[in-house]
Amino acid sequence: MSARARLRVADVGPLALLGVRGRPARAALSATGVAIGVATLVAVLGISASSRAQLIAQIDSLGTNLLTVSPSAAFSGQATNLPPTAPAMVARIGPVESDAATSELPDSVYRSRDIPAVNSEAITVEAADTGLLRTVQGRLWAGSFLNAATAHLPAVVLGHDAAAALGVDRAGGRVTVWLGARSFDVVGILEPVTLAPELDRAALVGFPAAHQVLHRLARPSEIYVRADPSSVAAVESVLSATADPASPQNVSVADPADALTARADASAAFASLYLSLGAVALLVGGIGIANVMVIAVLERRGEIGLRRAMGARRIHVGLQFVSEATAISLLGGIAGAVLGALAVAVYAGLRHWSTAIPPVALAGAVGVALAVGAVGGLYPAWRASRLSPAEALRSA
Amino acid sequence: MSALVLDAVTKEHPAATPVRALCDVTLRVAAGEFVAVTGASGSGKSTLLAVAGTLERPTSGSVQVAGTAVESMSDADLSAVRSNHLGFVFQQFHLLPTRSVLQNVSDGLLYRGLPASERLARAADAVAAVGLAHRRTHRPAELSGGECQRVAIARAIVGRPALLLADEPTGNLDSATGDEIFAVLARLHEGGTTILVVTHNEDLARRVPRAVALRDGRIERDERR
Repeated sequence: MSARARLRVADVGPLALLGVRGRPARAALSATGVAIGVATLVAVLGISASSRAQLIAQIDSLGTNLLTVSPSAAFSGQATNLPPTAPAMVARIGPVESDAATSELPDSVYRSRDIPAVNSEAITVEAADTGLLRTVQGRLWAGSFLNAATAHLPAVVLGHDAAAALGVDRAGGRVTVWLGARSFDVVGILEPVTLAPELDRAALVGFPAAHQVLHRLARPSEIYVRADPSSVAAVESVLSATADPASPQNVSVADPADALTARADASAAFASLYLSLGAVALLVGGIGIANVMVIAVLERRGEIGLRRAMGARRIHVGLQFVSEATAISLLGGIAGAVLGALAVAVYAGLRHWSTAIPPVALAGAVGVALAVGAVGGLYPAWRASRLSPAEALRSA
Repeated sequence: MSALVLDAVTKEHPAATPVRALCDVTLRVAAGEFVAVTGASGSGKSTLLAVAGTLERPTSGSVQVAGTAVESMSDADLSAVRSNHLGFVFQQFHLLPTRSVLQNVSDGLLYRGLPASERLARAADAVAAVGLAHRRTHRPAELSGGECQRVAIARAIVGRPALLLADEPTGNLDSATGDEIFAVLARLHEGGTTILVVTHNEDLARRVPRAVALRDGRIERDERR
């Protein structure tokens, strides 16, 4: 009995590359679909990971020890306020490093008195403690924040978006806005506040001015609390009972860093739309490879017949074509991963982010390319392996 | 021992009215023989070579290659017989254009499971045996038709087969080059290789020690000189 026909594992790779080297342009074109699919996957995953990493780095640099205390919506749906004593009570909690209250006022702000009342630009007017900027670690874009003096005066600090909406680009000097039926001096404009984005669309006045100039009661509607980083959980657990001992269930305590991280994760979920586009490109790419391989099998009947004559078994012929399809797809996958990573780097660079591409995304993309090639190669390989040797040689 | 035995072999190609390509053919080729099979187009000579080479199964009758009956073997076992005992040369050279002469010849051993280094070493000997040692690094596109066919012959003999089967090896070549190929085959025969060559070229067949003439699927003549 003869020794079995055998093909060494080490020979499969060179066999797979034979067709690629024989027709490199065709191989490149048929790998394009897979390359586009993989590039899409890597770019989407990389951009969303980079954006998330950037946000988390930003939150970390601002500290994760900021908590907010606000009235929870009552059963009636009517918004309640915090007790007037709440800020002072909260300030007495030991590990609280700083705190600042705001109070939403029923007033509106306009660029001038001539603007119709309906054009409020959705800017909220709030009374704010002078310590607010320090507590939320906000920064001024122009001018100064409210201080002990300006808190008593008709002076306003505009959030970043509020200033843009009102068309105010300077602070100090004689820039005024129309607020609560009188003129207020714009003393400062804020940079966007990452941890308290609600302030971006606010016009802030001092509590004394709210009482004396606007004649509002100004009960606190939100307290920002900066706690000792090692005691954040302890502070969080006692905040509602401290703010409103009579009905702590009316108080809600939030960690803005958590909320922002959760929002970043939710926006990553939107990426699934793009991911499914990538999957469609991969599917089309796999079909393209299968199509090209079917043609290759027809063209290479002579070679197939010769290989059978030289002793190749059916499985050797099938393996050659499956591995060739896989090699084409893998090359497309590698090219796509490089392209996708470049796209992430360029996008992140334009936004001054650091580039974060999850290694599992790269490995997964290349793995998917391998699988697409192997599946796409199955049918052509099966056809090649079923060719009878004599027929293959005759028809060549 | 016989390199090849065909015993009462009949081969019908399936069709509405089956075409009988070989009809009760009995042929015995002893080790070391050089046999030419001649006949007109459609006489069944290529079918005879395909059946002898286990590329096709006979409809009836028995086939032995190197002493082993092959007619009821599995497809995988037939591959083993071809890999270990048979070498093929065809009218088309079937060389891989991206591979050098030496690599093309070494591919003749690909399905024996030998390491690449040993395949290349044996290929170098086979290339030298067909007189192309100086061309071993060239690509097929850089060779003449005769040189290509010599590469194909080297690929067929690199595994030292019990039987070399050549199907119209000069069919694509001019007569001078055809002479040259037959000279190569004659030299291999002198070196001990058993050869069965199918040709429609009577002139070339006359130089071969034994000529078998086919007509309508039957052996018409079997002459030894």
